[in-house]
Order: sequence, then structure tokens, then C-alpha cells
Amino acid sequence: MSDARPILYLDGVSVSFDGFRAIDNLSLVLEKGEMRAIIGPNGAGKTTMMDIITGKTKPDEGEVFFDGDIDLTRHDEADIAMLGIGRKFQKPTVFESHTVEDNLLLALKGKRSAVKALFDRRSPRQAERLGHILETIRLSARRHDLAAGLSHGQKQWLEIGMLLAQDPKLLLVDEPVAGMTDAETGETARLLKEIAQTHSVIVVEHDMQFVRELGVKVTCLHEGSVLSEGTLDFVSADQRVVEVYLGR
Amino acid sequence: MIVRALADGFTWRVAAAVLVLVAAAIVVPVLNLSVPAGSALHVPTYAVTLFGKYLTYALLALALDLVWGYCGILSLGHGAFFALGGYAMGMYLMRQIGSRGVYGNPILPDFMVFLNWKQLPWFWYGFDHFWVAAIMVLAVPGLLAFVFGWFAFRSRVTGVYLSIITQAMTYALLLAFFRNDMGFGGNNGLTDFKDIIGFDIQSDETRAALFAASALTLALGVVLVAFFVKSKYGKLMIAVRDAESRTRFLGWRPENVKLFAFTASAVMAGIAGALYVPQVGIINPSEFAPANSIEVVIWTAVGGRATVVGPIIGALVVNWGKSWFTGAFPEFWLFALGGLFILVTLFLPKGIVGTLVEGWTARRARRASATAEKDVEPESFGKDEELRAEAAE
Repeated sequence: MSDARPILYLDGVSVSFDGFRAIDNLSLVLEKGEMRAIIGPNGAGKTTMMDIITGKTKPDEGEVFFDGDIDLTRHDEADIAMLGIGRKFQKPTVFESHTVEDNLLLALKGKRSAVKALFDRRSPRQAERLGHILETIRLSARRHDLAAGLSHGQKQWLEIGMLLAQDPKLLLVDEPVAGMTDAETGETARLLKEIAQTHSVIVVEHDMQFVRELGVKVTCLHEGSVLSEGTLDFVSADQRVVEVYLGR
Repeated sequence: MIVRALADGFTWRVAAAVLVLVAAAIVVPVLNLSVPAGSALHVPTYAVTLFGKYLTYALLALALDLVWGYCGILSLGHGAFFALGGYAMGMYLMRQIGSRGVYGNPILPDFMVFLNWKQLPWFWYGFDHFWVAAIMVLAVPGLLAFVFGWFAFRSRVTGVYLSIITQAMTYALLLAFFRNDMGFGGNNGLTDFKDIIGFDIQSDETRAALFAASALTLALGVVLVAFFVKSKYGKLMIAVRDAESRTRFLGWRPENVKLFAFTASAVMAGIAGALYVPQVGIINPSEFAPANSIEVVIWTAVGGRATVVGPIIGALVVNWGKSWFTGAFPEFWLFALGGLFILVTLFLPKGIVGTLVEGWTARRARRASATAEKDVEPESFGKDEELRAEAAE
């Protein structure tokens, strides 16, 4: 089981939009079971990097491998989701006119056939799994409420819960605590640390307090490539990081 | 399993709609055929046919609601599927005329004789059989929708762009069917029908039967859409409508979800057209007119999209209003229709049924919270405890 191959391997990845190099010779390796925090100023390419990993954007050059030898550049979004990469958007995106429970139900791991879904009924095992996820994301009491009625923070948690329901190997979490209260931020850090025990996770975040709470290796991106990498203390002491990001 | 799924999927509104439609399918023909013409309860034949026509419109609106209300695809070309189903039925009815046409040709319809055609075009073969026509009623709209949807949804054409190309599709078909060379009667279309499966198409009995068939088919459509909506697939449609990229990143393929709904909806629209043609007695290219498809959108919006019963009520109300209005103030109908659409969009964005449902739900929620508050009062709480204790003894 001690598979040494990294869960995610990016090497020399570049992509340009209309001549603007959003990602410039980016290399990044994430080990299995690792949680990594990505920081960096606006426009550093954090979201574009996630777009590349999830198949939304195809890189102009470079290699992107998942779970050893799966070439992600040859798959589309739905395929990549099924391969085991879950993604939380920067803006919480849940199905507002569905109940909390139905949001999770649609995310639950399983066959993704639209036509078969016509006759699909919830199995007891699925119900049990739903209950478990609801507890993890602290939304058991709201399970029959419409997602539209949730608070901003609860929507973020619901979206994280949907990722969990997918049971991915790798979670990409884009700014999970943006717009959250301090209490909610602390709760989210706890939730992510719990998830990281059994999954590989990449978290993009601006909130340095939150990154400190996570206590994981940090990568700082700038102008589409890695500027600095290491512990938070190491990265925040890096003069270049201070210059382009923290200092401002 | 399916039966249970159906039973679960029925809200009382859906059940009531099915019940009313089935009752209408029985009662209206009886009142037309068995009650003497002088009686107050007698339903005249013209009314039977008029409402039969409205019911086919209602089925068309229901089909549009499936893609627009639930799946977020605003099709401005659904009239095309309706018209194609109608043409398939019209071709069958033309072949039934046989040698009773003006030119008396046993094989060729009148317009072909008039154009000096010597033989039946290949695509008219088999239309003398009802079952072939019935298959075509389903297959032609379904296939067109499938091919159209395959390319459009795969290329991720959405929103207003998709609406525009559906509009272009129906307009292209309008122009094509206007041409005499197409072999569908050109400008005049198909008409002068005599029989349908051996019965005189003009007789009261046939008209009553067509009304009943329309009502029952609509009831079936309601059951089917309610089943779709309540299933996990229904939740998926709404998911795609509200957050397509979220659905995609969960591993679903929104293009497949849309393609299935679009194709199923086109088949429903085709069936509606096939029931429409024998009742109005004609099908011509004007049925492809973009304005027709837009009217369907208005019916659906007025009744309430993303409700099962709404589009039916919308189609019936607006068309009944149209019949009345065009009789009373013929010049002003289009203004009234436009005004209605603006008023509904501004003041009833959820349509008639959507607004009523919302009102009921809100009232029930208020009542529930009122009772909940009462329960919290210490006195009654204590009483409850006593009662429960007594009951336990």
C-alpha cells in the first residue's frame, strides 16, 4: 500500500490567454495524503491552476499527472471528477432549489448515467452515508431545508460536503473561508484537517490566520509559477514573498 | 418499482389534473353525443373540437416546460416539433383520401397531381399505414431533437445563443416546407382529409373520440413529466438548470441530461401535433412560424414554469382568452397577448400556478410555526406531558 508515486504531478506547465501567460512553467508535486496550502496575490494563477487540474483549461505545454500515470490533459471535467478529483469553487456553488440532502445525493459516488437516474432509488447504504456526511459538515438539522436558505458559511460547508460525497482522492478547495466569520473559519479549519486525514487536499486561501491554523506546507504562486515553498514561517520570511504578497 | 415511484411522485395537484382530464375524456363526449342538442347540458361539437385543440396546445406547453422550466433550455423552436408530428399525421390522412380527391388519383395526393408528379416520392412510402405514421410522429421530431441537441449541447451552446438557434431551426423548416419541391404541399400544406383509421373525420363521434384521445394523452403526459421530475433525473435537470458547471465537476454530463429532456420533450410535442391536425383539419408551413413557438413560451410562463400543472392551465387560459378576444376585439389580440406577457413577467414571475403554490406553502409554514410556538408555551407543554403520562398508563 505504500505507493510512493505522488497523487498530483505538474511539470513545466504553461498556458496563455490572448498572449497573457497565466501559468508560466509551473511545477508542483503533491504527495498522497498531503494537504497543501496555496497562497499568492490576485492573478498569480491559482484558479487557472485548478482549471488545468480539473480539465476546464487545457495547458499549452507541460505534463499533468494524477495518481501516478493518469494524464489529466487527455480528460474532460466529468471524466476527471469520476477519476477522483473534487473541486470547490471560489464562490460557493450549490443547487439552491434543492434541499441540503438532495445536494449531497446528487454528489454521492456512483454511476453517472442521466437515463439510469430516472429509476434510481436511494439505497439504505447511501442514506447512511448521507447521514454521516451531514454530521461531518454540521448540517444534520438543516437536511430538509433548501440550500438557498443556508448562510454563506453553511453553503461553503455544504459544497465541501458534496466533495466528500464524491469520495475523491484529491480535493481542490478554492478560498473556503472567504466571507466567513471567525468562528466559522475555525470550524472550517477543523473540518479540512479532519478531511485531510483520509484525502489529499489543495487549499487556496488568502486568510493567513487560517493557513496558520491548517499548519501544512505552503506554496506561494506569483505570475504563474512557484515563488516559494515550505513551512508557513519559511515562506513568510522569504523576502520575495513579502515583496509581492505579504508586504502589501 | 415504477408504480411505487409514480405514486410517490404525485402531488395532489398532479393527481387532480389527471383526474380532471380523465373525467373530461369521458364526460364531454357523453354530453356531446348522448344529450340532445336542445338541452342545457349539451356540448356542441364545435366546442368539443375547440377544446380538443386547446388540449393539444396544453401538451405542447407541457413539453416545453420539461425543457425550459426544469432544465433551463429556453427553446424558441418547439413549434417545429409540433408541426413535424402534425405533418406525419397529415401525410397519413392524405393517403386515406385515396381516389376521393379532386383529381381522383388513387395514389397521388391532389397537390402532386397538380404539380405533374408521376409517382409518390420515396418519403411518402408507408404513410398509408397508420402504424408507420404513428412511428414517424414519434421518430421524426425525436430524431431531429436528438441530432440538434447532440451538436448544440456538446458544443456547450447555452442561454440566449441556444434560443436563437432553435428559432433559426424552426424558421429554416418554415422556409423549406413552403417550397413545392419539398413534397409536402408547399404553401397550402395538407388538407381536405376524409377518414382517420376508417372513421369519417367530420363526424361527431370521431371528433368526440379525438377529444378524448387528446385529454387522455395529456393525462399520460402529466404522469410522465411528474415521474421525470420526482426521480433523481428530475433533480439532475434542476441541478443543470441552476448550476451547470457544478453538475459537471461532480462528474455528471450536463449535455446528456439536456439531450434526454430535449428529445423526450420533442417527442411529446410531436404527439401533440399529431392530435392537433385531425381536429383542425389542416397542416401548413405557418405552423413552423417562429411566432407560434414564442406563443408556447408565453402560455408556459403565464401558467407557471417548473410546475407540472402550470403550462396546462396557461395554455388553456391564454387560448380560451384568444378565442374570446379575437371574436370581440380582433385588432387588439396581439397587444393583449404582449401585455399579458409583460404583466406576468413583472408581477407573476412564477406564473399563476407557481404563485399559488408559493402562497400555500408560505401559509402552511406560518401556520406550522404558529403551532410550534404554542407548543413551546410552558403550560401546554406541561399539559402535553400529563396527557402523555396518562396515555402511557
